[in-house]
Amino acid sequence: MNSLRKLDAKAIIISLIGFAILQGLLTADILDNFWELNMILICINIILAVSLNLINGYTGQLSLGHAGFMAVGAYTGAVLTVNFHTPFLISIIISFVTAAILGAMIGLPTIRLSGDYLAIATLGLGEIIRIVIMNVNYVGGAAGFMGIPKYTTFAWAFFVMLFVVFFIKNYVNSSFGRACIAIRENEIAAETMGVNTTKYKVLAFMVGAGFAGVAGCLFGHTFYIVHPSSFTFLASFNYVIMIVMGGLGSITGSIAGAFILTTVSALLSAWPELRMIIYAVILILLMFYRPQGLFGNIELTSLPIFKRFKGGK
Amino acid sequence: MGIMDQFFQQLINGISLGSIYALIALGYTMVYGIMKLINFAHGDIYMVGGYVGFFCITIMHLPVLPALVISMVLTGLLGILIERIAYRPLRSAPRLSVLITAIGVSFFLEYTMMYFVTPQPRTFPHILSDVAYHIGPFVVNNQQIMIFAITIILMALLTYIVQFTKTGKAMRAVSFDTEAAQLMGINANRIISFTFGIGSALAAAAGVLVGIYYNSIDPLMGIMPGLKAFVAAVLGGIGILPGAAAGGIILGIVEALVSGFISSTFRDAAAFAILILVLLFKPTGLLGKNTNEKV
Repeated sequence: MNSLRKLDAKAIIISLIGFAILQGLLTADILDNFWELNMILICINIILAVSLNLINGYTGQLSLGHAGFMAVGAYTGAVLTVNFHTPFLISIIISFVTAAILGAMIGLPTIRLSGDYLAIATLGLGEIIRIVIMNVNYVGGAAGFMGIPKYTTFAWAFFVMLFVVFFIKNYVNSSFGRACIAIRENEIAAETMGVNTTKYKVLAFMVGAGFAGVAGCLFGHTFYIVHPSSFTFLASFNYVIMIVMGGLGSITGSIAGAFILTTVSALLSAWPELRMIIYAVILILLMFYRPQGLFGNIELTSLPIFKRFKGGK
Repeated sequence: MGIMDQFFQQLINGISLGSIYALIALGYTMVYGIMKLINFAHGDIYMVGGYVGFFCITIMHLPVLPALVISMVLTGLLGILIERIAYRPLRSAPRLSVLITAIGVSFFLEYTMMYFVTPQPRTFPHILSDVAYHIGPFVVNNQQIMIFAITIILMALLTYIVQFTKTGKAMRAVSFDTEAAQLMGINANRIISFTFGIGSALAAAAGVLVGIYYNSIDPLMGIMPGLKAFVAAVLGGIGILPGAAAGGIILGIVEALVSGFISSTFRDAAAFAILILVLLFKPTGLLGKNTNEKV
């Protein structure tokens, strides 16, 4: 246990150094606005990928509706900030709560489905959330909700991301996480061993959905506008692709997946059609040659070489 | 126009739309039955079919029926090719890898098409002059009659292939138990290719018919109908051919009634709501049989 804490402390120190360097580059204007925006997006996508990994990777419940929860968070945050003038942190927290409640509401009935059926049901529910939002005039309907102040800075995005990553990491390493992994490996066996599978599946859905809501709130406060078209099931596919690319059941893998895909799409943003073709080819080749993802279910921090560098043991 | 007239009109529109969903859903359900794969690229195969038909009619100046047949043949070959290149190497891979590959193939088809034909929608030439027939309370135009006729012919042909030919018997055997079928000397790979080919050809027919009916095609037109067709397949009971046909028609009618009487913005939500309800109350679909979970 002690070695884990040591590793945590070192990971935090390294992240803080990384943050200081990047923030320094931003303040010195060496990285321009385009890259600041993309760095914020990378942080937001890491939050989405890591939280989805809890549902898909650790609990083994294939969910294709993550963008729906993100939409709920984005709209909740936007309404709170614009119409009720709440501080940003409060907006983020309430976005978490709203999306988590919705996650539980959706999780409870659909939890008895499994595999492909669960995937397609969550996809449908995500789309229903989006269509309902599109028909509510209070939040701007199909035109989107405009006039949101730009509160999300790189610092906000980075520290919220750091919090979420550590929260999910500790969740996975707790008895809750072990119950989730037991459900993934064999649900019937887990139930026989006395794991309350419904409780842990719904809990995983709640936590995952809640943090998707947080990411949505950050997202809405980045672009001045939230628009229903940002939260289609294609967006959900994107997050699933990130975690599959990094490796299901690996937090560092999700971080790498989110980082790589966001960077690649930023670099290729000048050629939108070509970008998607390259993206598709990478995806297919990855599934051919490394279907378990870049990292499999191994954490980067548990590699011997990393341990030696950090001196943790 | 009275409310009853409007109801009958929406019913006809719904059956036309439902026939299209049914044609796509048949391919979905066959592929799922045989490989347990949600082929997300199926909707895009339908889009490719629409474009092939469009080019046959505008560039080669072919009449509708030859264009339809050429589109079905070429797109069927494309389906076989996709299976051969993208799905066959993953035959023993985890299901999620194949699903992600299907999403990759879907993106690939959409954006390669967009690269070559630009994202602008194309106007499908007006081939059939509008003639409306009054049959009892229904008003049917000749495009709708063509959709009904072609759908019925294709379904009859499919039923014949699946039920009365040797290949059809092999298809049913592979979908029931692939390994046992292989032990009986059936070449499962060839049957799976054949299934992809037929499914893609049906989707291509739907693509051409949609072009004729709505007069417009674009590279992303396959996304929503693809998903709806999957909903239709689940609604009828996945893997069951008459179920897919019935599911498609029911879904089309519900959508037409929702957009006619409530609001057209809710028609997609209605389809997904049906999906959720079916999954919660009868996950095996309307025509499916219950199977018990075994350890």
